[in-house]
Amino acid sequence: MEVNLSKIKAYGDTLNDGAVQLSFTLPVPAGDEAKEAARQLAVKMGFEAPAVTEMSDLGAGFTFFVLYGKCSHTVDYSAIKIPKRQQEIMSFGEVNELIKQELGRKVVVVAACTGSDAHTVGIDAIINMKGYLGEYGLERYPEMEAYNLGSQVPNAELLAKAVELGADAVLVSQVVTQKNIHLENLTELVELAEAEGLRDKILLICGGPRISHELAIELGYDAGFGSGTMPNHVASYIAAELIRRGKKDK
Amino acid sequence: MQNKLNLDQVKVDFARDTAGKIAENLHSWIGDYTTTTIERAAARLLGIDGVDKGGIPLANVMVDKLLEADMLDQGLVPWLAKAVASREESPQDIAEALVEGKLEVSSVPDIPSEKWREIAETLAEGAASKIRATREKREQIKKKAAPPNKPLLYVIVATGNVYEDALQAKAAALQGADIVAVIRHTGQSLLDYVPYGPTSEGFGGTYATQENFRIVRRALDEAGEETGRYIQLVNYASGLCMPEISVMGAIERLDMMLNDAMYGILFRDINMKRTFIDQHFSRMINAYAGIIINTGEDNYLTTADAYEQGHTVLASQFINEQLGLRSGLKEEQLGLGHAFEIDPAREDGLLMEIAQAQLCRELFPNSPLKYMPPTKHVTGDIFKTYLVNGMFNLVSVLTGQEIQLLGMLTEAIHTPFISDRYLSIANGQYIFNNARNIGEELFFKDGGRIQSRADKLLNDACAMLKEIEKIGLEAAMEKGFFADIKRSSEGGKGSSGVIKKHEQYYNPFIDIFMNNSVTVGEGLS
Repeated sequence: MEVNLSKIKAYGDTLNDGAVQLSFTLPVPAGDEAKEAARQLAVKMGFEAPAVTEMSDLGAGFTFFVLYGKCSHTVDYSAIKIPKRQQEIMSFGEVNELIKQELGRKVVVVAACTGSDAHTVGIDAIINMKGYLGEYGLERYPEMEAYNLGSQVPNAELLAKAVELGADAVLVSQVVTQKNIHLENLTELVELAEAEGLRDKILLICGGPRISHELAIELGYDAGFGSGTMPNHVASYIAAELIRRGKKDK
Repeated sequence: MQNKLNLDQVKVDFARDTAGKIAENLHSWIGDYTTTTIERAAARLLGIDGVDKGGIPLANVMVDKLLEADMLDQGLVPWLAKAVASREESPQDIAEALVEGKLEVSSVPDIPSEKWREIAETLAEGAASKIRATREKREQIKKKAAPPNKPLLYVIVATGNVYEDALQAKAAALQGADIVAVIRHTGQSLLDYVPYGPTSEGFGGTYATQENFRIVRRALDEAGEETGRYIQLVNYASGLCMPEISVMGAIERLDMMLNDAMYGILFRDINMKRTFIDQHFSRMINAYAGIIINTGEDNYLTTADAYEQGHTVLASQFINEQLGLRSGLKEEQLGLGHAFEIDPAREDGLLMEIAQAQLCRELFPNSPLKYMPPTKHVTGDIFKTYLVNGMFNLVSVLTGQEIQLLGMLTEAIHTPFISDRYLSIANGQYIFNNARNIGEELFFKDGGRIQSRADKLLNDACAMLKEIEKIGLEAAMEKGFFADIKRSSEGGKGSSGVIKKHEQYYNPFIDIFMNNSVTVGEGLS
C-alpha cells in the first residue's frame, strides 16, 4: 500500500476510497424532499455518491441526517508546515530544578478564565494544587508562584493583576464558546497588552479545547495549549522559554 | 424505599441531625438581616414592574431611594403602604411617580401603624393569592396530562436569543423532553438587578427576564397541548437576585429553579452573608409557589475529584435539605443534585457511581434527585461521550433517580445543537425504556464493593458534617471544605446590599410564606 502524501484522501477500508461520515440538521420537515436536499448538499460539499443512512424528525420543522459518502478532495500532506513549540516535556521535579539552577528565583504565573467564560475546569486542572490525573498543578511547584484568579475576569483586570504581582507569564483559559466569542476575547487581551506596553515583558499563553498552538501564534500569543494538556507541559514551556529569553532578572 | 445498601440508620440520623444543627447556627442570625434584593422582591410581589428611561428596574429605583433616605432597614413595604394610603394609588403608580420625580420618599406622611399594616396585609394577600392561583393552574394542567415516566428527561437550551430558545425548547418537548431549562447569560448572576423585556443577545445563554420566562412558558404549553403532556420549565434563582427571580418564576409558572444555598458563594464569589440571607427568602417563595428547587452539588465534582470528594456531595445535600426545610420547602420540592463524574478510566468506576447514586436515593427517599451528566472527563470525542452518557443513563434508571439532565455528546465543544439534544433524548428514552424496572430486579452483594463504598461515603460525610458543626459552615467554607474552593466570610460580591433589620422591620410575605400549609399536590410523584 503506497500512500501518495501529496494527494491524501479520507480512508474508510480501502486506500483512496475517500469515505467520510457526516451529520447535520436542515430546517425543513422530514420527508423525501428533505432527504434529497441533504443528498444534494453533500454533493456540493464534494461527496461522490452520498447516501443518507438515517433521517430523523426533530419536530418543529427540523430534520437530522446521517450520511456517508466518498469525498473527492485531496490534500497535500507533504507541503504542510505547522509551527511547533520547540520544547521537550519535563517532569515536575525537572522543571523546578531547572528554574532553581538557571533562573535562581521564583517564576510568577497569573491565570484566569477571561471575559464571560465561567468554566474553570481547564485552568483549575493546570493551576490548582491538585492538578489533573495525578499530575500536580502549578500552585504546587515550589519554584513557582501561581495565582488562579478564577472565572469571568475582565482582560484589563487580569493585566493589572499581572503587573501588580510581577508576572512572568499570563495564562488565559477559554472553554465555552458561542459564535467564536473566545477569539474576540483572546484578541482583546493581546491588544490591551500591546497598548499598555506589556507585550514583550510577559509570556502570553492561552489554552482550551478549541485552542491550538498554531491558532495562539496567529492571535499574537507566545504559545497555545489544547485538549490533553497537563500542568507540566505548560510549566516546561514557561521555564524553558524564560531561560531562552534570558529572564534571570525581571 | 428498599434498603439495598444495608445502611446503618444511626449514621443516617446522625448526619441529618448534625446538618440540622449547622442550619440552626445559620438561622441564629439570618433573620436579623434583609438585603436589597429581598426588598426588591417584595416590590415585585406587590406588582412593581418595568424600567426607567435608563433601563433601571423600578424595583431598584425604589429600593435605592429608600436606602438613600436610610429607611430600607424598616423594609420597603411600610413606606409603600403609607404611600398607597396617602395617594390612593397602586404600588406601580407610586413607583412611576418616584421615578418621574413627582414623588419624594420624604414627602409620604407617617400614619398610624394599624392603618398602613392593614393596607400592607391586603396588598400582600392579593399577591399571595395570585401565586396560589398560578400554582393551582399548574396542578390542573398536570392532572389532565399524561403522567411522565421516570427518570424525567431534562434538557437545556442556550441560544442567547429567547425566540430561538422558544423554538428549540418546543422542538425538544416534541422530541420527548419532560423538562426544559433555559440557560442564563453567563454574567447574569453578578448583575445586581434583573434585566427587563424580551432579549435576543446573550452569551452562553439567555437573560432571565420575566418576559423571557413568559415567552418560553407559552412555547412549552403549546408543545404540551400538542403532545398531551406537561412540560416543565426551569430557570436559575441564583446569583445576586435570587429572591427576585423566584418571584418572577412564581408569577410566570416556572416549575423548577436552580436554587442552591451555597453555589453563589463557591462558584460566583458572592458574599456569604448575602447568599445565606437571600437563599432563605428566595426558597420561601419557591416553596409557596410549588416550585421544585435543584441544588448544585454536582458542581463540586467539576473542580474536586469525584472519587475522593464524593462524601462532600452528601454532606452538602444534607445541609441543603435542612436549610430548604427551614425555608418552608417540602422534601418533595428538594431536587438535590449530584453527578456522574468519576473518571471513566477508573476500574470499577461504574460500581462507585452506582453506590453514590443509590446512596443519595436511600438517604433522601422523598426528594426528586437531580442527576447531572459527566462533563469533567468529557472530550471532543463525541462517540465516547455518547457511550459514557449511556452508562450514566443506565445508573440513573437502576437507582431510581428522578430528574435526569441528559448529557450532550458535544459537551466540551459547543452549546447544544438541536440534533445534540435529539440524540441525548433518544439515548435516554432507549435506556430508560429498555431497563425500566431493573432497579426492582438487581440487588447488591452484602459487604460487596457497592455496599462498602456507600458505607465509606456515609462515614466520611458524617465526619465532615461533625467537623462543620464544630467550626461553623462559614469557617468550613473559608477552609475550602466544598469543591476545593476557599471563600472568605467577609469577601465576595454583594456585601453592600446586606442590611441589619430595624426593630420595626416589616415584611408581610415572610409570615404568609412560612405559614404555608399547602402541600405539593401532584409534585413529581
